[in-house]
Amino acid sequence: MKSKIDSCGSWVLDRFPLTKLWNDHMAQYYAPKNFNFWYFFGSLALLVLVNQLITGILLTMNYKPDASLAFDSVEYIMREVPWGWLVRYMHSTGASAFFIVVYLHMFRGLIYGSYKQPRELVWIFGMLLFLALMAEAFMGYLLPWGQMSYWGAQVIISLFSAIPVIGDDLSLWVRGDYVISDATLNRFFAFHVIAIPLILLMLVFMHIIALHEVGSNNPDGIEIKASKDPWGHPVDGIPFHPYYTVKDIVGVAVFLFFFATVMFYMPEMGGYFLEHANFIPADPLATPEHIAPVWYFTPFYAILRAIPDKFAGVIAMGGAIVVLFLLPWLDRSPVKSIRYRGGIYKKAIVLFVISFLGLGYLGMQAPTAGATMMARIFTAIYFGFFLLMPIYTRWEKTKPVPKKLTEQPTLEDRIPALKKIYGEVIKDVTEVKDGKTITHKRPDTAGVARVIRRTATNIKKGLD
Amino acid sequence: MSEQGVDHSKRQFLTTALTVVGAVGTGYIAVPFLSQMQPSTKAKAAGAPVEIDISKLETGQLIRAAWRGKPVWVLNRTPEVLAVLATETSKLADPNSLESNQPAYAQNELRSIKPEIFVAVGLCTHLGCSPTFRPEIAPNDLGSDWKGGFFCPCHGSGFDLAGRVVRGVPAPTNLDVPPHRYITDTRIIIGEDTTEADV
Repeated sequence: MKSKIDSCGSWVLDRFPLTKLWNDHMAQYYAPKNFNFWYFFGSLALLVLVNQLITGILLTMNYKPDASLAFDSVEYIMREVPWGWLVRYMHSTGASAFFIVVYLHMFRGLIYGSYKQPRELVWIFGMLLFLALMAEAFMGYLLPWGQMSYWGAQVIISLFSAIPVIGDDLSLWVRGDYVISDATLNRFFAFHVIAIPLILLMLVFMHIIALHEVGSNNPDGIEIKASKDPWGHPVDGIPFHPYYTVKDIVGVAVFLFFFATVMFYMPEMGGYFLEHANFIPADPLATPEHIAPVWYFTPFYAILRAIPDKFAGVIAMGGAIVVLFLLPWLDRSPVKSIRYRGGIYKKAIVLFVISFLGLGYLGMQAPTAGATMMARIFTAIYFGFFLLMPIYTRWEKTKPVPKKLTEQPTLEDRIPALKKIYGEVIKDVTEVKDGKTITHKRPDTAGVARVIRRTATNIKKGLD
Repeated sequence: MSEQGVDHSKRQFLTTALTVVGAVGTGYIAVPFLSQMQPSTKAKAAGAPVEIDISKLETGQLIRAAWRGKPVWVLNRTPEVLAVLATETSKLADPNSLESNQPAYAQNELRSIKPEIFVAVGLCTHLGCSPTFRPEIAPNDLGSDWKGGFFCPCHGSGFDLAGRVVRGVPAPTNLDVPPHRYITDTRIIIGEDTTEADV
């Protein structure tokens, strides 16, 4: 019996290189041994992609891409299809989760220099993925045919009309009508369920193949292929499977914990994941009082709004994404990881993160004069971070990079230090009540202030 | 493989010829594929004119109608508003509507055929949101400079009650005025031009 199965197996393997594929990309793909928290998000993005594909297929079974039926069919899914609400919330929460995971994944690349030589193409494919993901999310958001779906699409498609000469014809071609209409909804459905998912899958494939060709970067930013053992394996590498598959399962478990919490208890996330105005069917005659895109587009939307000129605004918004593509060539520092980079780069990253989050916040707010001014400052910082990079990364004083991966203290090693901090900020207060002595744990203000001051000093020292 | 007897120039010619023919073929098939996404005949035919009855339109009131799927506003302006429109032009980007879209008969200061009745397409010329009607003077949220007008909630563009855009906002031009014509004193048809005889 055993040999029957074996011979069946080898019949397949003679014709399809399954073992080779498995070894090349899992069992004998050597990844640096020092991956930390930031390295969960690649595999999580893959998980969310699978979630979106499966729930998306289920949703198409009941959704109707027709302007007169779409809104009701979504409500039908929510109320009358068995477990329809679950599948729909998995899909809508998954959309936001996708962007959270991808933004963190990109930030990882930014701090550890994962875009730098020889991983430029990994970064480019990743950026194309980001672009395709934005298109996918944007088109998917039209499908429920609520007020936000309608007016969001109206605004974004009108962006094309800002392009000189061909703009008006282009936006007409995208819409397939003079306004957002049934024709637009139907084609967005086609793009959302077929065209862009195919592109996404293809790009994921290219992203991973390119990564496995050059090998993964790591928090130290050192090429582990530089030092190999007698068998030709990197000394500082460990096989992806089982080491990182197991590590990623822990990440998946923690992620699903958060995901399920949002999905079951706050699927609308206070109007950030599913906007309130989208529970009203699309009305082409009235824009909602306050319109804002879903949170993941707001940084770019704030940039668009900050520029007081239609075409320049569109250029700035597009430029905000184009500069990300150019990152590998803008950064002139010889050092990859933030651990060994100079203070100027660390400060620049801090400013960049503040401006990105600030823009994200402002993009959700109404466009008052003060908010527009802030958005302009943040936009300047955003572009400054990228466009001044060739200058300030050249001045940067880097630290010496070690030849081999460094040992970072594990969580276990940190426990005594954490205990000490706990002892410093919490004090025991005893009081006598009804003849009994009760001991309370109370925060110690002086201790808290001391710890905060020390942390601030350490951060400042780290930045210099 | 033996390179003997290979006519390289012939091979090169055939490769080039095949590439060119292939490219032309791709170009031909691209036309129907891309044209498929153009508005259909049905969508093009849907732009029929719309008739609006303004006999019940009170002074200061705004009514909305749909024309080609777009909101069209008809506003009956008060004499005070007309006075403001005549004087408050210093903050406008295009007070004489030289850069904006309107039929010739509406290219005047008030952007209308009759001074009090203002007809416009209710979509911001920036990115196509429908601005809100804010006729009040100096409301809290819009500041003390606000003399009444239309405010776009999407990107903060402001227009006065003649649809003229304020300077320094994202919207590039004044609100579009659609072709329109008075059939009688109280009936307007949107989508048909006024001939010179009507004026």
